[in-house]
Amino acid sequence: MARITLNVNGASHTVDVPEDTPLLWVLRDTLGLTGTKYGCGIGLCRACAVHLDGEPVAACSIRASAVGEREVTTIEGLPADLSHPVQRAWITEQVPQCGYCQPGQIMGAVALLARNPQPSDADIDEAMSPYLCRCGTYQRVRRAIHRAAEEV
Amino acid sequence: MGTITKVSRREFMKATGAAGTGLVLAFYLPLGSAESAEPFTPNAWIRIDPNGTVHLWVHRPDMGQGARTALPMILAEELDVEWPQFERVMLGAADANVYGSQLTGGSTSIRTSWERLRQAGAAARHMLIAAAAAEWEVDPSTCHASKSTVVHEPSGRSLGYGELAERAATMPVPEDPPLKDPEDFQIVGQPMPRLDHPARVGGTLTFGMDVKVPDMLYACVARCPVFGGTVAGYDEAAARAVEGVRDVVEVETGVAVVAESTWAAMKGRDALNCQFDLGEAADLNSAGIAELFERRGADEGHTTRDDGDANAALSTASRVLNATFEVPFLAHATFEPMNCTAVADEERCEIWVPTQAPGLQHQGVTQHFGYAPENVTLHVAYSGGGFGRRILPGYVVEAVSVARAARVPVKVVWTREDDMHHDQYRPASRHILSAGLDRSGNLVAWKHRVVAPSITGTHFGGDLQAAAGEATDGAANLPYAVPNCHVDYCRADTAVPPGWWRSVFNTQNAFANECFIDELATAAGKDPVAFRLAMLGDAPRHRGVLELAAERAGWGEPLPAGRYRGVALHYSFQSWAAQAAEVSVEDGQIRVHRVVCAVDCGIVVNPDDSAAQVEGAIVLGLTAALKGEITVEGGRVVQGNFHDYPLLLMREMPEVETYFVENTIDPTGIGEPPVPPIAPAVANAAFAATGVRVRRLPIRPQDLRRA
Ligand code: FES
Ligand code: FES
Repeated sequence: MARITLNVNGASHTVDVPEDTPLLWVLRDTLGLTGTKYGCGIGLCRACAVHLDGEPVAACSIRASAVGEREVTTIEGLPADLSHPVQRAWITEQVPQCGYCQPGQIMGAVALLARNPQPSDADIDEAMSPYLCRCGTYQRVRRAIHRAAEEV
Repeated sequence: MGTITKVSRREFMKATGAAGTGLVLAFYLPLGSAESAEPFTPNAWIRIDPNGTVHLWVHRPDMGQGARTALPMILAEELDVEWPQFERVMLGAADANVYGSQLTGGSTSIRTSWERLRQAGAAARHMLIAAAAAEWEVDPSTCHASKSTVVHEPSGRSLGYGELAERAATMPVPEDPPLKDPEDFQIVGQPMPRLDHPARVGGTLTFGMDVKVPDMLYACVARCPVFGGTVAGYDEAAARAVEGVRDVVEVETGVAVVAESTWAAMKGRDALNCQFDLGEAADLNSAGIAELFERRGADEGHTTRDDGDANAALSTASRVLNATFEVPFLAHATFEPMNCTAVADEERCEIWVPTQAPGLQHQGVTQHFGYAPENVTLHVAYSGGGFGRRILPGYVVEAVSVARAARVPVKVVWTREDDMHHDQYRPASRHILSAGLDRSGNLVAWKHRVVAPSITGTHFGGDLQAAAGEATDGAANLPYAVPNCHVDYCRADTAVPPGWWRSVFNTQNAFANECFIDELATAAGKDPVAFRLAMLGDAPRHRGVLELAAERAGWGEPLPAGRYRGVALHYSFQSWAAQAAEVSVEDGQIRVHRVVCAVDCGIVVNPDDSAAQVEGAIVLGLTAALKGEITVEGGRVVQGNFHDYPLLLMREMPEVETYFVENTIDPTGIGEPPVPPIAPAVANAAFAATGVRVRRLPIRPQDLRRA
């Protein structure tokens, strides 16, 4: 077991987990932050997207022990009242279907807009193509990103 | 009618666990179109509280298709309550004896609930008006209801539903309350935000994967990857040596490793290093399955349609075309992999599961372990997709087995690979078609033979006629006027377990039908839309969607250079869908730019959500058309994750436009009907672009480069 301290959504947590445990399972099973989802486990779907110091990463593909001092932001770290422009746009455009991929999509969109406040369709294609959705919500994801961009 | 009744507070409490104050009505929502005998036990309840809140209890899982919003909308419409001042509770605990299969599939949710919900809403409204009229001592016909209030216009008095609820409960339930004219609908037909989307956006919705019960551990099960094989040996000590592993237990499906985290369970499972007894299917592969289909296709078929004399008409036709189409097995790949949480001992068990068929699974568990039905409690968790995957009880029975053996609350988690290797797959199939044209290019003969495994036959038995009916759904009911038509089925089962996959056999049959019709139009020298329309004289709703799609797509109008159109039409689950696809093809690589979809599903309850369903159906169908293929080698599925079973990506997403035929006919399915037309629409557009006819799915670059 390894003792790891993580900064998650503004709070510090110390956990004892096997040294090679991916961040995803520490978030979900140890810290109970189940908004971050498991979809593939090998970096192919981004259901598990979280931010490390604002950069989107696949939480299934990084060990918790490798996170270090970096600030982890999960879907639960966005405003609980859904007041973030991306969250608002997601509601207005009624993006989700089953919703399972949506925490990842939203974290991807927040990171994209932070880097590029006015993304073109091509920018969205480029940034969001790693984020899979089996229910086929892509058209609405695109619309919602454009809507959020207008608001920011 | 008589199906809407008052219930005693005790009965209500027993059924819903809620207090029966205010006005409570119970009714029965039929759960499948085939159901004839009416059970006397209610399975849906409405309650209007003294504070005016309206509650609806209904048993209907939600896989993402929005029934949890659409059903309350229908009730709210007839009840005249303000939307969304409404609470609805989907009851989780299932008892198969009371609730039937509770199956969400076959696009049945709206279709079967429409009339009953309206009647229940109208009955309650009638009783509230009667209560107000009694209170004021006026004629009920001088009162009307609007936005949760009863108003007596002559005197200007009004009372809220909450104030009236207790008194309304003493009024008789009306026999046949008049329903609204659809023209007067205010809620139905409006785009309403889905009620549980805030939780989806906030990441707080509890999917099956997210269920946590006290003292719960996590488990992964090692199963033999070869269909029908078993685990013959394993290294228990190695698994136990993995940090976080608590137990290793044997179950019927394999060996479960129980651990403190999902990660430890996965690693422990790997450490088992299982040996397998591969069983009889060890030599099965995709080539062998294709050969089997070819052999079976030469046998006698079971006929499901026989008009005129197709063979005679073919022998005298001035032109005969033949084609064989092949489609592969597909996995569901629901985005949330399979999982189930259980607490169980020999006497009783409690289950939390993402499911499309809680009743069927409740029954499966009860029968498998010999539990008394009342000792099995099944909670329906939210599902990250269903598509037909979460119907059979196997994964639930397995989780209960693990919980019993390990004697701890346990969540069995399937990895993506587990899910893809142990699915029930959309059946592969082979379609042998022949058709004849007369001298003027009219269709005079049509033959379609479907060769495929049987889904219901495999899982539930039944005769060949039932299997043939299922496999030729979408083939036997070819809508085009043709005097000589023969459709039959050759059953070809393999060790690969078949399953229901969004729209069942309609995806395969629509692909064969609509590609072949297109081929015939070309042979007849006619425009694909005009050729179809000319044969749809007796099929007005088919014609309606085809005309609407063609018009909105600008059919016949010039396209930008390098763009080509294709069209397809299909009826399934009592709804009609036509799609026009615009594609370009470069070096065999097909790119779909735009899809125009027209749907006739009667009254559209929640248009925005229905449009979302269409978008989703097109993505699922397009993924299958361009990428989807499960192959078998050595008796096991080759594909395991999204690198070899890829999904459509954002950058491949076409622009989808959805149009609904406007009418006031009772609503029918929307989840499945838009899936079947997309593959043939794209294949036909690919022909327009390349001159190559697509005869198998997925559409491969090397097939399109043939020209
Ligand atoms: S679960 Fe991490 S990328 Fe799929
Ligand atoms: S909404 Fe279901 S996977 Fe994206």
